[in-house]
Amino acid sequence: MGKKQTIRTIPQERTPMRELAPDVRVKNFLEVACGYSLDEALRESERCLQCPDEPCIAGCPVNIDIPGFIEKLGLNNLRGAYDILTDTNLLPSVCGRVCPQESQCEAVCTVGDTLAPVAIGRLERFVGDTALREGWVNLPHIERNRFRVGIVGSGPAGMACAADMAKAGCDVTVYEAFHEPGGVLKYGIPDFRLPNTVIDAEIANLRKLGVKFECNTLVGRLFTIEQMLDELGFHAVFVGVGAGYPTMLGIPGDSLNGVLSANELLTRCNLMRAKEFPSFDTPLPIGKRIAVVGAGNTAMDAMRVSLRLGAEKVHCIYRRSRAEAPAREEEVHHAEQEGVEFHWLTSPVAILDDGRGGVRAMRCQRMELGSPDESGRRRPVPVQGSEFDFETDLVVYAIGTNANPIMGQTSGLRLNKRGYIATDENLATSIAGVFAGGDIVTGAATVIQAMGAGRKAARSMQDYLHIRDIERPYRDADAGPLGSFLGMDTRERNFTRLRAI
Amino acid sequence: MADLEILSREDFSEVTYLLEVRHPLMAKAARPGQFVIVMLHDHGERIPLTIADFDRERGSITLVIQAVGKTTREMQQQCKVGTSLFAMVGPMGIPSPTTKAKKVVCVGGGLGVAPIYPQAKGFKQSGAYVIAVLGFRTRALVFWEKKFREVCDELILCTNDGSVGIKGLVTDGVQQALARHADIDEVVAIGPPVMMRACADATRARKIKTIVSVNPIMVDGTGMCGGCRVKVGEQVKFACVDGPDFDGHLVDFDDLMSRLRRYTSVEKAAEERWTASCRMSQQLGPSALDALTSGKAPQSELLELPDPFSETLGG
Ligand SMILES: Cc1cc2nc3c(=O)[nH]c(=O)nc-3n(C[C@H](O)[C@H](O)[C@H](O)COP(=O)(O)OP(=O)(O)OC[C@H]3O[C@@H](n4cnc5c(N)ncnc54)[C@H](O)[C@@H]3O)c2cc1C
Ligand code: SF4
Ligand code: FES
Repeated sequence: MGKKQTIRTIPQERTPMRELAPDVRVKNFLEVACGYSLDEALRESERCLQCPDEPCIAGCPVNIDIPGFIEKLGLNNLRGAYDILTDTNLLPSVCGRVCPQESQCEAVCTVGDTLAPVAIGRLERFVGDTALREGWVNLPHIERNRFRVGIVGSGPAGMACAADMAKAGCDVTVYEAFHEPGGVLKYGIPDFRLPNTVIDAEIANLRKLGVKFECNTLVGRLFTIEQMLDELGFHAVFVGVGAGYPTMLGIPGDSLNGVLSANELLTRCNLMRAKEFPSFDTPLPIGKRIAVVGAGNTAMDAMRVSLRLGAEKVHCIYRRSRAEAPAREEEVHHAEQEGVEFHWLTSPVAILDDGRGGVRAMRCQRMELGSPDESGRRRPVPVQGSEFDFETDLVVYAIGTNANPIMGQTSGLRLNKRGYIATDENLATSIAGVFAGGDIVTGAATVIQAMGAGRKAARSMQDYLHIRDIERPYRDADAGPLGSFLGMDTRERNFTRLRAI
Repeated sequence: MADLEILSREDFSEVTYLLEVRHPLMAKAARPGQFVIVMLHDHGERIPLTIADFDRERGSITLVIQAVGKTTREMQQQCKVGTSLFAMVGPMGIPSPTTKAKKVVCVGGGLGVAPIYPQAKGFKQSGAYVIAVLGFRTRALVFWEKKFREVCDELILCTNDGSVGIKGLVTDGVQQALARHADIDEVVAIGPPVMMRACADATRARKIKTIVSVNPIMVDGTGMCGGCRVKVGEQVKFACVDGPDFDGHLVDFDDLMSRLRRYTSVEKAAEERWTASCRMSQQLGPSALDALTSGKAPQSELLELPDPFSETLGG
């Protein structure tokens, strides 16, 4: 580093990441992408131009100071790089692995105009992994206050909110319905993409901040959100219960036994460890020929898990083309390498039964792309008379989710038209003191967005509790001229004074 | 949270046993019609069990379990008073709505005898005239008769061999109740799918509201996996969050039964493997010898479990 780099002087090639060979890895659940070594990370960090206009920061959903951390990394100051990353991103090891960088920061990276963009995600992962290995945690001085905060759901949204509120001095308890915390990171995303050890380490870090986890607790049914505020003594509550409720296609044959949601397949395999059946009790018989419908991350995970569980042939059925596939580019690539057969522009119309309640085949039709729809993607339209049958014995739906109904059923929280929790721009819900964020507000989105929402909700919650972070300028939009007295904010005195959070 | 200690246990028969588990918070929240998901140990599977009773004072949840699969048989062996479950989450599902029904029939057969109890109790408390119809294989296997009598105005027992009550199936008991009372406004049935379907068929002609509690295979119980989906009329519902109670006249029982058989073959294999390993350990222990010398039931007979899909009247 040191001297100013230009597009001509930087290493022209993006530093490749070592990977397990496809034929080896499809037989196990080991992580596929091996991560950078220090040398590789240093080399890649040299490719950053330290652009003054910092387009990558704007491209990041939580605005990580990307050139800042890469600069520190280039100076071999890994701790410094980690501190900058964790200023905004609680889970760098996780996000470095699972964020769709190619459509976020790396999509707008200046280097990407001429060469392959800086591998921001891989560098982020390298720094995060180093911290986990070295046991670094940024344990700030925490000044305890009297507030108790309840968090519902232990996915990335809940974890982020919990961390910020704990740092602000609150007594934080996270409630999780499953027997292990982590949300989708645990039950959904498989080990070969995000090892459980990474998540467990992040959870352990939260525990070090004083966050308590209560698993096996179905909020809404065991106690309601209202009871948390009125009876259990919580001053504020964050709801991050995720989307859940998988969509079925609604075509004939949907309820056959060989048809299941990707969520079920992945939960059985990852959380319930069906992959270790019979040493673990949960079964997951996998067919020989599997058809997965959809082409998002969930679909890729389902396909690659099926291969590892011993499926002979795995097919991906998607009604649009590869360009529209919502999965991370790297995942599609890995799935292709591992031998998944992709059928783009193909849509299922019926599942055919084998006469014994199982699946014999799937009837599909070909599609072609028509005019763009409201999402800007070209709408697939069926090609007349193009139906064909496709032999398969297990069909997995990975076509998205709807809102989980439990919160709506059990609380007075206002929901929007699609059944998700309605919030204002500060993520406050219709109940005072209750905030919500993540997939249960936006619908299925990404880990980084959920995490960003958790942090945003934490800021709103701090305002609501009148906890003041001195590092953050205080603005009260509706205070008006009367809100300040001789240039001092009249409400200042209401804040519990704090050090930097 | 709660320590999930087993406070008491009662064995009703070779296959049916009761566990009372400590969980004060859940005892406070539980309502008739709800269920829990239990894990015996950290390698275990998540199995749904209907709440058979709850005691707010003792802070306990009562489960009545039939040993029909690997996990339930393992629990039968391992769950002693003083030991604890690994996990119990709930109460799950939408509680049965308290209705304005004035005269109801509560039907329980097989697995359903215990879970129909809180429903009967609930109806009684809201002032209804409650007729319970319970099915057992034989007199010796009857349990909770007194408990039911306390909350019911009429109790019709049915046994396969006629050793007590009517000789026949619970549907015969339902027919009898229907014949005797012209003003029944609701029937609630819990038990094997075949039995629930028979009850729904019995009331269809008279258009009596019939609620059944379905019991599909579940994983999470929070609406996240869709494994528990059932066809109700034209719609697909998730039993764990949209149920487990549905209109018996609309539930597609064929679909339900076929979905219940999903993992039968692998589960059988796991169970056999487990039984084999138990037998091995038993051969080493003195209890096996005891059983042999005292001429107690050989293993093979213990293995004859009620088939959850046929209309056995349970243990
Ligand atoms: C298979 C799969 C792969 C994915 N891959 C990627 C990827 O590569 N990159 C990416 O950016 N995003 C990915 N996503 C999306 C991403 O995981 C989600 O957007 C993100 O996890 C949402 O976080 P969350 O905190 O809102 O909810 P979740 O992670 O869903 O967590 C919610 C938690 O709340 C719990 N809960 C629910 N109801 C209750 C209740 N009533 N009481 C208590 N607890 C409750 C749930 O059990 C769960 O643990 C993927 C999603 C899936 C399913
Ligand atoms: S846009 Fe790319 S080159 Fe520019 S600062 Fe960001 S990462 Fe570095
Ligand atoms: S058990 Fe998973 S959705 Fe009902």
